[in-house]
Amino acid sequence: MRSLFILVLSLLSLNTFAAGSKIDIPKYDWSWKGFFGTYDRASAQRGLKVYREVCAGCHSMDLIAYRNLEDLGFSEAHIKAIAAEYLIPDGPNDEGEMYEREAIPSDRFANPYPNVQAARAANNGAYPPDLSLIVKARPKGADYLKALLLGYVEAPAGKEVPEGQYYNKFMAGNLIAMPSPLSEGIVDYDDGTEASMDQMATDVTTFLAWAAEPSLEDRKRIGLKVILFLIVLLVLAYISKQQIWRDIK
Amino acid sequence: MSSNDPQGYKKTLNSPYTGFKGWIDSRLPLVRMMEAEYLKFPVPKSLNYFWSFGGIAMFCLIGLILTGIFLGFHYKPSADEAFDSVERIMRDVNFGWLIRYLHANLVSFFFIATFIHIFRALYFGSYKAPRELVFLFGLTMFVLMMGTAFLGYTLPWGQMSYWGATVITNLFSAIPFVGDAILKLLLGDFNVGDSTINRFYVLHWLLAFAIVGLVVFHVITLHMTGSNNPTGSEPQSWDETVSFHPYVTIKDLNATIFFFIILAFVLFYYPNILGHSDNYIRANPMVTPAHIVPEWYFLPFYAILRAIPDKLGGVLAMFGSIAALGLLPWLDTSKVRSCLFRPVWRICVLLFAINFLVLMYMGGKPAEGIYVLISRIGTAYWFLFIFVLAPLVGFLETPRQPLSITNYLQSKKA
Repeated sequence: MRSLFILVLSLLSLNTFAAGSKIDIPKYDWSWKGFFGTYDRASAQRGLKVYREVCAGCHSMDLIAYRNLEDLGFSEAHIKAIAAEYLIPDGPNDEGEMYEREAIPSDRFANPYPNVQAARAANNGAYPPDLSLIVKARPKGADYLKALLLGYVEAPAGKEVPEGQYYNKFMAGNLIAMPSPLSEGIVDYDDGTEASMDQMATDVTTFLAWAAEPSLEDRKRIGLKVILFLIVLLVLAYISKQQIWRDIK
Repeated sequence: MSSNDPQGYKKTLNSPYTGFKGWIDSRLPLVRMMEAEYLKFPVPKSLNYFWSFGGIAMFCLIGLILTGIFLGFHYKPSADEAFDSVERIMRDVNFGWLIRYLHANLVSFFFIATFIHIFRALYFGSYKAPRELVFLFGLTMFVLMMGTAFLGYTLPWGQMSYWGATVITNLFSAIPFVGDAILKLLLGDFNVGDSTINRFYVLHWLLAFAIVGLVVFHVITLHMTGSNNPTGSEPQSWDETVSFHPYVTIKDLNATIFFFIILAFVLFYYPNILGHSDNYIRANPMVTPAHIVPEWYFLPFYAILRAIPDKLGGVLAMFGSIAALGLLPWLDTSKVRSCLFRPVWRICVLLFAINFLVLMYMGGKPAEGIYVLISRIGTAYWFLFIFVLAPLVGFLETPRQPLSITNYLQSKKA
């Protein structure tokens, strides 16, 4: 009965989407945009804190290892300390028993749930998606994510919001199973930055953008060199071509 | 045998070379073949930059094969492991992100080059006698290219991979009597699954090398007739030609570098712009994406497929649209090749190109309302162009007298 309900609901929401209820995602300014863009390290580090203290309760990031945090400027010792705060399942040991141990830097981020079914059971049947690639897995990526995090508003009159669903002006169909994860001051930033809604949304999005595309900075740096090289090569090739074709009438 | 007769190697078995080159050449005539076909080979001197796209496409193909080999070292063709192995390439393999983005974007640029290459063949009448076989080998390669690209797109095993594979393989079930058997053979299962990805991986490689084989035939047939040129007039003397090297090689090099600058810009700054964000979601047989869209280069054909209300009819129209192009050399009745001298056919060909872009746009839209109507008009024009306009315009149109290569170059200068 419940699955039927969910099916009807999802069909309805798809329908409103297809019917052309166009949702305009605002455009934000990101540190990694443009030819020389890089991830704002301080923001990404704060974003990690938001992820660990807010998102990680439900959302896994199973493509990211603790050692990857070195990219964001964390020291080896710091990463070891962060990893050691988590328990991850391992085994079997020599006695054939599964056991839990502290995570080490080479481990992937600890998963909040042992499996998908457990995640669904704990979340009213909705599955909190893995966040490793979320910025690349949604149209408008980072803009969408930040807008979504800030998009929880009072449902307009006449819009029915079922039990276990929340109104969000940027979610397709406007109904989302995740309650607003952020609230003013929910995180206590180590660097003294004020944890406003906008700040936290920006920081966690920066962190997740890095997680989705850790090679972005290398890519942009190499890209510039490649393009400059090719332009110089083109100039030389063009001069050669003019030389070679000079006598052809 | 005159020494400046590039076809001379066919008349004699004696190598013109001495020393090591001669030793090799008298046992394996590779040196004189390369010299005749790639150094001295005469090419009309009136070629414009449209003629560079064959070479560009070849560079794309070489790039795809090289990057594909390195991807293959790390990729795991299994429903459970494929997605993660691609992410491992992106995150942990040295320059893996570069290799994968290059592979993914080179395909798109391979198609861009090929579309322009085919347009050039249509506009300047390169498909007409005596180059029919060049054209047919080219079209065959184009079909194999689409097959290879489709197979390759399923391999990352994201949501669009999975559902694209489901939709497209399902088309085969429309074939009467044997459709279901073919479908099962293709999938290795009743659904797209682990055995599908395994055989798709093998076929992706196989077809890629089949294309390489066809390139050889494409080039052999081309070198028997020589290149067409903007005038469509054959060179009348050596004076109207230049040797392939250095004249064409340097020109193609310029075009190729320019093309690759654009590729580099997309590759390094917008590597995912030609892909679909859903493909960064792991394949999930339980969740269907809101809109299943194929890669951009399939969209014109996808629009044709959906324009026909009947499933089998749609499949026939889609495959038929390319097969019918293969009849153009015989359906086009005009004696004149180039559109420069065919005022009416020129408009038809330009409309065909615009129609192609319109169909591409329609293929990306949901199959409803006005989009279907426009797709139907576009599909109708596609077949009208080949089966009615080609024979009729060739018959009724009064073409201008084609200029010779020399006169054409002089008139351009003036």
